[in-house]
Amino acid sequence: MSDTELTQLSRRDLPLAGDASARFLPWLIAFMVFLAALALVGADALRQTAARWNGGLSGQITVQLPPLVREDAPTAASRAEQAAALLRDLPAVRSVETLERAEAAALLEPWLGAAANDAALPLPTLITVRHSGDPAPLAAEMRQRLQNEFPDAEVDDHQAWIGGLLNLTRGLEILALFLLLLVGAAAVVTVVFVTRTGLAVHRPVIELLHLMGARDVQIAGRFQTHALWLGLKGGLLGLAVAALCYGALQWAVSPTTLALLPAFEIGPVLLVLLALLPLLAAGIAWLTARVTVLRTLGRMP
Amino acid sequence: MVRFEDVTLRYGQGPEILTGLSLHLEPGSFHCLVGPSGAGKSSLLKLLYLGQKPSAGRISLFGRDVSRLSRDGRARLRRQIGVVFQEFRLISHLSVFDNVALPLRLAGERESSLRTKVEELLSWVGLADHLRAAPETLSGGQQQRVAIARALVGRPNLLVADEPTGSVDDRIGQRLMHLFQELHRNGTTIVLATHNLAMVERLGHPVLRLEDGQIAGQPGEEREGLGPLSPGSRGHWPA
Repeated sequence: MSDTELTQLSRRDLPLAGDASARFLPWLIAFMVFLAALALVGADALRQTAARWNGGLSGQITVQLPPLVREDAPTAASRAEQAAALLRDLPAVRSVETLERAEAAALLEPWLGAAANDAALPLPTLITVRHSGDPAPLAAEMRQRLQNEFPDAEVDDHQAWIGGLLNLTRGLEILALFLLLLVGAAAVVTVVFVTRTGLAVHRPVIELLHLMGARDVQIAGRFQTHALWLGLKGGLLGLAVAALCYGALQWAVSPTTLALLPAFEIGPVLLVLLALLPLLAAGIAWLTARVTVLRTLGRMP
Repeated sequence: MVRFEDVTLRYGQGPEILTGLSLHLEPGSFHCLVGPSGAGKSSLLKLLYLGQKPSAGRISLFGRDVSRLSRDGRARLRRQIGVVFQEFRLISHLSVFDNVALPLRLAGERESSLRTKVEELLSWVGLADHLRAAPETLSGGQQQRVAIARALVGRPNLLVADEPTGSVDDRIGQRLMHLFQELHRNGTTIVLATHNLAMVERLGHPVLRLEDGQIAGQPGEEREGLGPLSPGSRGHWPA
């Protein structure tokens, strides 16, 4: 009988399913996959937010003209046009656009609600300058241009705060990926523990099988198949709970609150990664059980 | 078939259980291993069925140096060895049938041919009516017969038995010895460890006498009767 014809041990030969430690493994794996899914979604949300901030504000400088006392709309528009004219002919400036009052009010609506549309509310005039140059010297030049006519004007090239936010989101992204690694390591340790417990519980039978001529891979095969199924079961459960939580969050949070949060959607890449999580958990369980059993059997004569 | 060259065995840092043991068993031979408790019989059997590695020396089985074999190679060799353990070592969650079928299943034998072999063998040892029974529901003698059937089912080239008739009555004991004789006639090499000197005498095969971890009576030096082999006793070695 050649070795390739050797069969795997059956569930009947080594009944691992009844082990107390094995009963907890799917729940532990489910918890880990749940955490991993949250970490993945969190990391992607941060990545999307950072990309949106970066993409939305890079190449833009915002000029803010504080409102005058009892300033009416035509006066505000006239002052805005005057300031825009001063900026338009600067080198590297591609376009200058004044934000309508209604648009500025819409930006405040998530915080102020309907009060943001109150005509009596003094709102600054916002001018968006799109450029193709280095933002810092251009902003300095714009301040100089506006200094005489609009001494209160604020020129913001967004670099100070967006740089800090981008660093923060990147840091959080790395943290989320580190959490993923930790979850993976915890899964490995858990499977090692469960497998070793199984080996200890079934040691007399394993020794007997070994003495009867069972190859190490035959015995390991039984453990790794068992771990694979437990890992897959736990992984699917964890992913299902994560999906439920995500759905519940979408359903529970009001549209006004959602407007305060950066927009986020699960793209196809993230979807594939999430779908792979249970398979990854099963794969980790399979490989860990195999290595653990083979190393333990390696100590037998 | 079996060759031990200057084999020493100790467990961990403990004392030597077997010391400088050398022996050669011809293919198809039948040897009885006798000796008082603690002489090292079980340890010698462990080395024979590859349940233990020697601390020193060389063991060859079926013409192959065991120390040079890969793990898979040793597993292949073990499948040619049938072992009857003193404490039976039946698997409690498997039925009598599945216990006996296990060596064949490990070797990848088909269920159809396996079924016939197992049922025939269990019928032969008088357990045809207990195929689906759990081992723990059987008497000690019945369990021992299951253990023997399991050791024989793979038609081993080497059969190692540790007190195989210890828990069975005389009738079954004689039947088992008859089966061992038959296997021997068919070319199976047999090493049988026992305290039962009357049985050893009845069998009339060469005797390996183990004392203090050393062979006191080598194959080929066997004597008439059991006098020199059993000082002070003609029945059983003192336990």
